[in-house]
Amino acid sequence: MSQAHSLVLTNLRKQFGKTEIIRGVDLAVNAGERVAIIGPNGAGKSTLFNLISGRFAPSSGEIHLHGQRIDGLKPFEINRQGLSRSFQITNIFPKLSVFENLRCSVLWSLGHRYSFWSFLSRLKDANELANEWMQRIHLAHKSEVLAMNLTYAEQRALEIGITMAGGADVVLLDEPTAGMSKSETERFIELIKTVTRGKTLLTVEHDMGVVFGLADKIAVLVYGEIIAFDTPDAVRSNPRVQEAYLGSMEEQGH
Amino acid sequence: MPNNQANNDTLKLTLWLGFALVLMVVPWVFTSNLSMTMLSQMGIAIIACLSYNLLLGQGGMLSFGHAVYSGMGSYLTIHALNAVSQGNLHLPVTLLPLIGGLAGMAFAVLLGFVTTRKSGTAFSMITLGMAELVFAMSLMFSEFFGGEAGVSGNRVAGEVFLGINYGPQRQVYYLIAAYTFVCVALLYALTQTPLGRILNAVRDNPERVEFIGYNTQQVRYRAFIIAGFFAGIAGGLGALNFEIVTAEVVGPARSGAYLLFTFLGGATFFFGPILGGILMVLAFVLLSELTKAWLLYLGMIFLFMVVYAPGGFAGLIMMNVRVIKAGAFGRLRVTYAGLFAAALLMLAGASSLIEMIYHLQLNAAIGPVLNFAGMALDTSSSSTWISAALVLLLGLAFFEWVRRRFVTAWEQIQTELAQQTARKELA
Repeated sequence: MSQAHSLVLTNLRKQFGKTEIIRGVDLAVNAGERVAIIGPNGAGKSTLFNLISGRFAPSSGEIHLHGQRIDGLKPFEINRQGLSRSFQITNIFPKLSVFENLRCSVLWSLGHRYSFWSFLSRLKDANELANEWMQRIHLAHKSEVLAMNLTYAEQRALEIGITMAGGADVVLLDEPTAGMSKSETERFIELIKTVTRGKTLLTVEHDMGVVFGLADKIAVLVYGEIIAFDTPDAVRSNPRVQEAYLGSMEEQGH
Repeated sequence: MPNNQANNDTLKLTLWLGFALVLMVVPWVFTSNLSMTMLSQMGIAIIACLSYNLLLGQGGMLSFGHAVYSGMGSYLTIHALNAVSQGNLHLPVTLLPLIGGLAGMAFAVLLGFVTTRKSGTAFSMITLGMAELVFAMSLMFSEFFGGEAGVSGNRVAGEVFLGINYGPQRQVYYLIAAYTFVCVALLYALTQTPLGRILNAVRDNPERVEFIGYNTQQVRYRAFIIAGFFAGIAGGLGALNFEIVTAEVVGPARSGAYLLFTFLGGATFFFGPILGGILMVLAFVLLSELTKAWLLYLGMIFLFMVVYAPGGFAGLIMMNVRVIKAGAFGRLRVTYAGLFAAALLMLAGASSLIEMIYHLQLNAAIGPVLNFAGMALDTSSSSTWISAALVLLLGLAFFEWVRRRFVTAWEQIQTELAQQTARKELA
């Protein structure tokens, strides 16, 4: 296991009852690499993200983040080691304003922890960083609006903002463009590209256009196993992938 | 924007100065013995309800056992007071409520460790269990809890400082008022800190909080301990105020009252529980004097509020302030008058019926006629019952009729306000 790898999964397995959803996944992601995970519905993409981010504990196997073993840790422990994630179903703080949503997500990483002896309004670093992120996700004009009153696309942007603002260098985005229109998706991909620059990125995505535009490498997950992990072109011409996934997608498409 | 901020700060400062002024002046406006006792109790109830709302409104924790912490504060304070009287403890009486606070905190550290491991329904269930446990213990260990008679003390103890011996109720009031002001200020300050804000985030979406680096159990636990501290202070002040502590201070009814009045006051706004605390004392002291059926009325008000105004009185006030600011209140005036008239009609009908039933159950021996609000109601004649029922039905029908018109007008105004804000955002 070389140090250049940000995230390494070794023979990862997850069972729910008798059903094995993740059946021995091996994956090594280099620092700064952008990896898209694709696969048919029910392949276990979201489960894989849930295992890596600590939402579920794996049944067996290992996960290493920056060389440290993280499988079985709690989500907040994994987050503190520099891994952050977004959710397929928007997962924000509905009754807090846009600004408060972002400020909450920078507090731990700036070391403010559970402080009740300092006023938020005087935390210059947190306020500046939250403001900076409001600009970056183009929501500065909605600073005081409660998150629940944002449009869907704005909520998706806030979801990304909350994920990124804490400064994690390994980022998992679970279907970031889910439910967006074609034009919204295009703009949104640009946003994701900008804000994740220099980060190690794993993303689940259904839109093939997005996948080939965004990713350095593609991992194809079918029935809980990774059947290919390579550059987009190599994956496209991989006969196993065509058989198992892309072919069936095209059939569905027509 | 900076100008706005400055205005905001001035407004806040004015509010706090106003609050201090009210606390100072109010015993010179309401001077009777009864009002002095009530004002003292209000201060205590305000601290208790605000500390409860740290759990309910700020942290989304529905506790059924908050009286454990205020009650243990009361017991430890009265024991400390007796130690001072006997010369075993050298502390000014002024500082004794802090003993209560520390006691509340200590119990929150102990019991909260278990309680706050869970959230939601499981949290509520555990707090209920803890409350039953402590209440049951209070009946078992009579050396500490004083059995049925409770533990009494005398607050005129220790050294007299600047002529303050806490003999007169007015001196006790000012002690309570000072604690109330400081506690309200501290609890407000807490909402402006990282812990306070993350607590709101845990209320809104605990799962997401775990993915931005925070341990939600730790957030809940810390809030619980702080709430226990302030509840204990309220309890300690109660012990000094009444000079007697009985097992009911840790009982389920007290916990229920905190929940009920915090909700009635309004859990979604910081000042809601202040209204709640005032209402609690008004209900317990005045309403209970007025009628034997007061708990029934209270239950009905609670039901009514849960259905029609889940934001409590604070929510109602703030919604109307918004309308007034927009200058649209005039359009609601007629329907508000209608609602008020309908409510009076309903109240007259319903309360006549309730009072007559209570009269039959409790006072039938003194004759069939009941004097109620200047009317002589004859419980033996069917026409009295029929007319009371008719008044109630008429009130209900009228209320529903006005309510529909009110809702239409209200929603119209809300849509206009939303459009206005949308336009401002675009500009």
